Order: sequence, then C-alpha cells, then structure tokens
Amino acid sequence: MARRSTREKLSQEINAGSMADIAFLLLIFFLVTTTIAEDKGVLVKLPPWVEEEQPEQIIKERNVLTVLINAQNQLLVEGEEMDIDDLREAVKLFIKNPDNDPNKAEKPTKAIVSLQNDRGTKYEIYLQVYNELKAAYRELWEEEAMRLFGKPYDALNKDQQRKVRNNFPLVISEADPTEFGEE
Amino acid sequence: MAHFQKKRGKTTPAISTASLPDIIFMLLFFFMVTTVLRTATLKIQVITPTATELTKLVKKSLVNYIYIGYPLKPYQKELGTKPRIQLGDKIADLRDIPLFLEQHKAKVPEKLHPRITTSLRVHKDVTMGIVYDVKTALRKANQLKVNYSAKKKAENQ
Repeated sequence: MARRSTREKLSQEINAGSMADIAFLLLIFFLVTTTIAEDKGVLVKLPPWVEEEQPEQIIKERNVLTVLINAQNQLLVEGEEMDIDDLREAVKLFIKNPDNDPNKAEKPTKAIVSLQNDRGTKYEIYLQVYNELKAAYRELWEEEAMRLFGKPYDALNKDQQRKVRNNFPLVISEADPTEFGEE
Repeated sequence: MAHFQKKRGKTTPAISTASLPDIIFMLLFFFMVTTVLRTATLKIQVITPTATELTKLVKKSLVNYIYIGYPLKPYQKELGTKPRIQLGDKIADLRDIPLFLEQHKAKVPEKLHPRITTSLRVHKDVTMGIVYDVKTALRKANQLKVNYSAKKKAENQ
C-alpha cells in the first residue's frame, strides 16, 4: 500500500511539455492527408426510363428551339450554324421573343429546348452547350426576380423562386444521340 | 539610447507557450473533421471540363461517383486506350452500374433515397457515346439526379 501511494504521488504530475509535439505530429499528418472535399458540377435531372415509345406530344414547331451538336463539335441552332458564345443570347431571345417573331416561342412558358448530340460529340462541348442553356435560363430568372420582387434570385425565398421559375420553366428535352461519329 | 534599450530588454517577459498545445489541438480537430481519408484511386485519367452554372454537392454520403476517362499509362496494357468506366475502385462495365447503385443505396437511410445524386466525373475529351450509355443505365436504374462534375470557369471569357 505504501508503495502504491508513492506511485500515485509520482503520477500526479505528467509532463505536458511534449503534448505540443504530439499534437503537431498529428496535425501534420492530417494536413498532408486532407483534401478539402469539393465537388461541384452542373446538376441535371434525367427523364425517367419508359419501355414503350411514348405517344408524341404535339408541340408547335415555333415553340421548340432545336440545338444540334454534330460529331465535329459544331453547333446548329434552328438550322443555322452558331458559335457557342452566341448561344446564350440566342436562347434568351428565343424564349422572351420581345418582337413577337412568328418563328420564336409564343410564350416563355411554352418554350422547349430540344438538345441532340452525336455519339461522337466531345463531352466538353456538350457540357458547354448545356451550361449555356442553363445560364440563359438563369439570367432570365434573375431578370424576372428583379422585375417581380426587386431582389436577386438568390435572395428570394423558396415560394418566390418557384414563382419566378414557373414563369420561365426550364425544359430541356434530350433526344437520343445520332450515330455518325463514334470513336 | 543605449540606456533605454537595456531597460526594455530587461523588462520583456518570456512569451508563455502554455497555450500552444491548445492552439495546435484546435487546428488538429479542424483538419480531422474536414479530412476525407479514403478516396478511390483512379485507374483512369479524369480531367473535368469547366462550367459556370455550378451546384455544390454538400452531403457527401448521398453522392456516388462514376468516373469515365482514358486508362492511365500503367494500366493501358490490360485496359486498352479506349475510355473506360470506373465505379469506386474497380474498372467496370455498363452492366455493373445497377449493382453499384444498389450497394450505395443500402448504406443510405431509406427516407434519404430520393436525394441520392450520382456525380459523373467525365474526362473532357471523352465522346458522348459512352456518356449516353451510362446515362441510359442510370435512367433504367431510376437514378435520375445526376451531376456533371465540372470546375469553375475563370470569369473572363
């Protein structure tokens, strides 16, 4: 018993001087192994898979903006070749149709973007085009949010955002790719 | 002048390092919390393209990753040079995708299932053929929330 009490007495003072070193060691280990998790991307909702062919909906030609990308990564919008940089403005113009052009959408709510690519299209180009389409809608939402609520889109609450989105619904319909150029 | 300096030198106390461990521990905990220890070792090269309309994926446990890219040099003998799909650690086929999705689903609580997102990390030079096949497989497996992984594009265009 007497021996134990002396041990206890001794153990009462642990030298904490090396604590910092130990902590440093661990810290450096975690510093080295850390990759601060970051995954960003273009969020997409795919249409559900249906076995049988769906009856074709009748949509007026003027409401559909056809965007085609071929295997040479060229862009064809409504039958005309276009640069990717011009796509955003073209989409916005098509949806808003400020001059009531009979070849553009009747109403923003009726507009549909139809996107088709080839199996040989580069993924990078496809994503760029998709990004431009999304960006065009994003800018429209931003304008609409300003007009309706006088606030940027991100500052609105959920209901208000939905209202803005309903005025310019984002409908991108993707057709099966053509099969001209496969790697 | 000399007089002043001497005096000051004498009065400066030693900086106490007693709180050093605490500071270090604080940093340590920060890094421990933010660390993700194991990420899949890629056998294929994936350089994601750039985009501007990005959404951040917040809940890591609700995300599964499908990689598509060209096999790296050391693996080219067994895998060839054509774009391949990688699920987790393994090079896989289109047929393996439903099982992979199910395995991930099993780890997620039932009520969070609709929020599961598939992150497609695709090399920018890959052609759309294989991407479309993967998308079709995802649609057939009823995994419709998809994220095309991309890096932020620099502002000046």
